[in-house]
Amino acid sequence: MTVPENAEATETTATSAPADGEVLRPHAEDAFADELKALAAADDRQRPARWRLSPWAVATYLLGGTLPDGTVITPKYVGPRRIVEVAVTTLATDRALLLLGVPGTAKTWVSEHLAAAVSGDSTLLVQGTAGTPEEAVRYGWNYARLLAHGPSREALVPSPVMRAMSEGLTARVEELTRIPADVQDSLITVLSEKTLPVPELGQEVQAVGGFNLIATANDRDRGVNELSSALRRRFNTVVLPLPATPEAEVDIVSRRVGQIGRALDLPAGPEGLDEIRRVVTVFRELRDGLTADGRTKLKSPSGTLSTAEAISVVTHGLALAAHFGDGVLRPGDVAAGILGAVVRDPAADRVIWQEYIETVVRERDGWKDFYRACREVTA
Amino acid sequence: MTAPTPVRTAPRAAPHLAGGPAEAGRRAPLLLGVRHHGPGSARAVRAALDAAGPRVVLIEGPPEGDALVALAGDEAMRPPVALLAHAVDDPGRAAFWPLAEFSPEWVAIRWALAHAVPVRFIDLPAANSLAQAAEAEEKTEAKAEEKAEERDEERDEEEAGGLRIDPLAVLAEAAGYDDPERWWEDVVEHREPGRAEDPLAPFEAVAEAMGALREEYGAGGDHRDLVREAHMRIQLRAARKEFGDEGVAVVCGAWHVPALTAKTTLAADRALLKGLPKVKAELTWVPWTHRRLARHSGYGAGIDSPGWYGHLFAAPDRPVERWLTKVAGLLREEDRTVSSAHVIEAVRLAETLAAVRGRPLAGLGETMDAVRAVMCEGSDVPLGLIRDRLVVGDVLGEVPDTAPAVPLQRDLTRLQKSLRLKPEALERQVDLDLRKETDTARSRLLHRLRLLGIGWGEPAAGRGSTGTFRESWRLRWEPELYVRVAEAGVWGTTVLSAATARAESGAASATALAEVTALAERCLLAELPDALPPVMRALADRAALDTDVAHLAQALPALARSLRYGDVRSTGTAALGDVAAGLAERICVGLPPACAGLDADGAAGMRKHLDSVHTAIGLLPENDGHGRGADLAGRWAGVLRTLAERDTVAGEIRGRAARLLLDDGRLAEDDAARFMGLALSPGTPPTDAAAWIEGFVGGASGGGLLLVHDERLLGLMDGWLTAVSPGSFTDVLPLLRRTFSAYEPGVRRTLGELVRRGPGAGGPAEPVAAAPGFGPGLDEARADAVLPVLHLLLGTVPETGPALDHAQAPTEVTR
Repeated sequence: MTVPENAEATETTATSAPADGEVLRPHAEDAFADELKALAAADDRQRPARWRLSPWAVATYLLGGTLPDGTVITPKYVGPRRIVEVAVTTLATDRALLLLGVPGTAKTWVSEHLAAAVSGDSTLLVQGTAGTPEEAVRYGWNYARLLAHGPSREALVPSPVMRAMSEGLTARVEELTRIPADVQDSLITVLSEKTLPVPELGQEVQAVGGFNLIATANDRDRGVNELSSALRRRFNTVVLPLPATPEAEVDIVSRRVGQIGRALDLPAGPEGLDEIRRVVTVFRELRDGLTADGRTKLKSPSGTLSTAEAISVVTHGLALAAHFGDGVLRPGDVAAGILGAVVRDPAADRVIWQEYIETVVRERDGWKDFYRACREVTA
Repeated sequence: MTAPTPVRTAPRAAPHLAGGPAEAGRRAPLLLGVRHHGPGSARAVRAALDAAGPRVVLIEGPPEGDALVALAGDEAMRPPVALLAHAVDDPGRAAFWPLAEFSPEWVAIRWALAHAVPVRFIDLPAANSLAQAAEAEEKTEAKAEEKAEERDEERDEEEAGGLRIDPLAVLAEAAGYDDPERWWEDVVEHREPGRAEDPLAPFEAVAEAMGALREEYGAGGDHRDLVREAHMRIQLRAARKEFGDEGVAVVCGAWHVPALTAKTTLAADRALLKGLPKVKAELTWVPWTHRRLARHSGYGAGIDSPGWYGHLFAAPDRPVERWLTKVAGLLREEDRTVSSAHVIEAVRLAETLAAVRGRPLAGLGETMDAVRAVMCEGSDVPLGLIRDRLVVGDVLGEVPDTAPAVPLQRDLTRLQKSLRLKPEALERQVDLDLRKETDTARSRLLHRLRLLGIGWGEPAAGRGSTGTFRESWRLRWEPELYVRVAEAGVWGTTVLSAATARAESGAASATALAEVTALAERCLLAELPDALPPVMRALADRAALDTDVAHLAQALPALARSLRYGDVRSTGTAALGDVAAGLAERICVGLPPACAGLDADGAAGMRKHLDSVHTAIGLLPENDGHGRGADLAGRWAGVLRTLAERDTVAGEIRGRAARLLLDDGRLAEDDAARFMGLALSPGTPPTDAAAWIEGFVGGASGGGLLLVHDERLLGLMDGWLTAVSPGSFTDVLPLLRRTFSAYEPGVRRTLGELVRRGPGAGGPAEPVAAAPGFGPGLDEARADAVLPVLHLLLGTVPETGPALDHAQAPTEVTR
């Protein structure tokens, strides 16, 4: 689940994408061009039409490994192998892939690397927003040309999806559930009939082998523009889970906080690690509805309590400590942030939170300060 | 890295086989090494038996079971069932050999019955293995206690009469498989693509591989295995003499195959069997469930997915397609939209996934992954349902009535004898005095039977009061109770163990919190100390997840009662106390929000909860030393105060909270008057005020007396009542009537007189009006004379008082 951070990616820029020089963040296929090349050379398994690699090699690219010739493939996604295998296999069966997960579970990261490994091109991207027009999914017109020469193939401006269809590549749609329902539904024909009619020209664009689509969507946004069941049926769904172990999550949070802290010029010391661990513990326990020792069940609040939120709570606490405290992250600095993250629904969540601090926090060894701080901000 | 070893050593193992593979099928007995509960093995066994047509089938299992084999052909017999062996004088000592539809042993038995071929069990007799188990147990018990875990494991193994390691699992692991059944499928089933090929080939291959394994691991370090194998060899020899080499087929764990072909002398085998301990053992068939197959029991290790194996065995072809169709059917039953297109896509995904993972056929792992991605939208929740209902499955076996009695019945008969409680068809009433040992034991037995659904005794109505040492039961034994006992035999072999198992499973499946608390109560009554921890765990879990304070409030009184019961019956109740304290904490947190915005009916219901929780918290141990119950009463008082003060809380509850505080002495009388003044102030709607009065002085809890004795409160109420406008008066009248009509006639009359006399006559200085025939006011000197006797009665020491009393008090006391 750990997402190799942007900062690291930029460091590799200098070596792997000299052509672009100062690009802040190169595409996956450029940043890891060497690995892809080595994999392609070592890969002797059957490849689906227009795939750069075999499904097995794609899975290896994402999960990491060592090739027979000694090339080390870095893991792009640290998480259950099963998930990556199902995702790659889905693409191979020409069903579209829907990656679900709460924010910060590397959905976009996985989709980019899948596209890079399968098609060698991760740039055919539609960013979903509430204002995404149909042109972004189907096609638009070059109006100057349209007025000058009338409707013609030349006046047509293809969308990334259309390009992917005609060239047999992998298209990506980010935040699918944010796109208005009518625009979403224009994908149905694309995914089931594998064709995109252009009624203005009396033509159509038919997808060639190798075309597929990876969409990402936020679990918690399901209600925004819920997929119609017709569209949903065209997708195989893979849920990217939150970090499996507390250690992994603490690691992600502290790494990320360190980077943000540097950007904000916040002094972050290792002495804050205990507090980070505590924040992660609280988040995980409430999220899982179970204490870390697995003994007591808890109610889960309505908020997502994702890793991303834990990061923001800690960052906020650091800022508090730096500007108004003694620079050391203390329970009081994070308590308010945690309260804000946990109590989203003032009535129900507050009871859940109070139950949690009274039945769990109060009795935990070494959590006295934290308990007091929580009581203070909750009262 | 151990992968190649067995394969490479295979040729060396070949000499172990009598005559070598080519001839083995002809002259030597047919040795069918199987994986217990393996559908692949089961099919192969059937094919091999069909091909070879032996004249006798020998099966790994207790020889005492020979007489019971015929029952397996009975119409009413439906697997999964288990062959149960138990020691006659100690039904708690038992061993099971479970058989499912897809067990090779079961297939072999059925094949033999259909072809009128005798079946013989050739394992060590249960009489010996049970005694061995007992002996080993004693030995290990004598050893250091620290090895408790190991001992448990060992005992499990012994009881099961099973294997130490799953040999196929070792081979599968060596080949890089995580699921032995998959390895078997891939390697054995798919190794014979041409059906016309020799059906015995897979068994020869397995025998080779096992030979190699046995060379590596020896006997698996278990002496008892050697003894068992010696017994099997002796039996095999006898059968070969009787039916000839070609007429014998043996179905046994693959592990034992090399041992059966080993060249040993009859004398050596006999020597191994010499001096084995023995107990009197009996066997019978008992119904089994898929769920219990999934547990570690029976032949060696348990299996995780009996439902899937059953499917593999039953499906005539295209197992993946059929399985996914089944899954779709289940999901449709649960109102999820799953179309045929979903099934098609799931099949495609599962097969491609298998290809990506380099497996010849999609297995359970691939199909479940496909179901999750295609049918469940990536969610694990419906997947859990599928796992529970299909992968494990709810199959319950059946056993014909003609099967011998289960040990549970024996245990019950024994208990009935020793407790002198005869099963009689005539109804009769029994009164038990729980202070007597026999009666306590009787009560325990009846409670345990009730838990098991054996309704021999019903607690007699009306005597449910908990504080007494008496218990009344109505006893009536009806013939169908024997059937109930037989059914309950699934749970265990003794009344105690069966009731424990039943209670544990009840706790796991209970949905409502109150169900679990009731169960906890029954566990205490039936004295099932082993069942209590899981029940408590379930209770704590349900309590943590229940969002309805009313449910929690319902559960707490039963728990508090159980705590008291525990004391009476000297059962350990520490866990119970912890859970009760936790429950009380949760109520303290959740109650104030839950009391806001209630209508009249809701408030009345909540008020009852308030009362019962208040009583229950009073009963809980104040501080149990864990810091849990620390100052619970104080916290509860805080909650009550919050309730009494909060305006959004319904009037009745506010009034009740104020009253409870007042009764506990946590609210000064001045404060009570202030609360009442606020509640009855002109700004409050009259109905609210009336509800407050109902809460404060309503009910039979001495509210009237309070008014009689505190004239200030009465004055406040009187003032409010006279100020109610005529229009509103008709609204509040029913409420007030309900409040005051509940008082005792005497109290009502006194109140009436007080009100008639009018307010302000004396104020608080004159508490009680003079009764007719008595002078007004109080004669203090005469009243003081009563005090010494009162102190004597109450056992208190007079603290302060006029000097006059001090002089008199000692004389009074000594007198």
